[in-house]
Amino acid sequence: MALDQSFVGRSYPPTTPYEVGREKIREFAEAVGDANPVYTDTEAAKALGHPEVIAPPTFVFAITFKAAGQVIADPQLGLDYSRVVHGDQKFAYSRPVRAGDRLSVTSTIEAIKSLAGNDILDIRGEVHDEAGEHVVTAWTKLVARAAEEA
Amino acid sequence: MTAKIAFDEVEVGTELPAQSFPVTRATLVRYAGASGDFNPIHWNERFAREVGLPDVIAHGMFTMASAVRVVTDWVGDPAAVVEYGVRFTKPVIVPDDEQGALIEVSAKVAAKLDDGRVRVDLTATSAGQKVLGMSRAVVQLA
Repeated sequence: MALDQSFVGRSYPPTTPYEVGREKIREFAEAVGDANPVYTDTEAAKALGHPEVIAPPTFVFAITFKAAGQVIADPQLGLDYSRVVHGDQKFAYSRPVRAGDRLSVTSTIEAIKSLAGNDILDIRGEVHDEAGEHVVTAWTKLVARAAEEA
Repeated sequence: MTAKIAFDEVEVGTELPAQSFPVTRATLVRYAGASGDFNPIHWNERFAREVGLPDVIAHGMFTMASAVRVVTDWVGDPAAVVEYGVRFTKPVIVPDDEQGALIEVSAKVAAKLDDGRVRVDLTATSAGQKVLGMSRAVVQLA
């Protein structure tokens, strides 16, 4: 069944701040095989003008996707998560995520479409630091594939 | 932010050094832990087949993270990437052997924008299939 269009524009309360740990950044950089020292070495980060080690560009997805869980699990929306695949992902950065950041995410449903029985959900996550400054916006498109005919 | 590539040095069509990224089952287990995405389609072959996949597939976000390394390695400072977006067109299928799969990424400067920025278009393939579509990064150059 198609999702309720009245959810378009709905925003969810900001998440409890996530504190970005330098060892978590290291773990992520190692997991993607990226040896750039700006992720692990404070001096290398400072040499590029950063006050602290920074996170790889896609690191923040772990935080925004967890925040999108509020939308995904909203019983009123009724998304069938067992049939969901990740369609598109985009980020726009005001600055990189840094070790020590305390980031909160405000998720908004930007669009709901129904296409050939698939439900397509666009969620925007606005990520702000503790000072309220914008860090990055993440757009996530989720596609709930049509259930097979019984 | 210190890009090591100067805006004036690049032209539309400038190719970035291409790279290949191997991915095995062990890579996926490690990425699952680091990213917190424990969906069993990324590590459990029985589960993957039950939901209609040919085998275990890589996390789309792993492929996205790998592809942008062609850009971040080129520009030096990853903070120079001010926008990055992809479409997940085909899964990267990861067989249960020592080789696993290979994600092959190339990229070129597609447009010169205002304020010293360029748009880089990326191409990512695995086993001859295009795995990312509309894969674009906007990069602030020196």
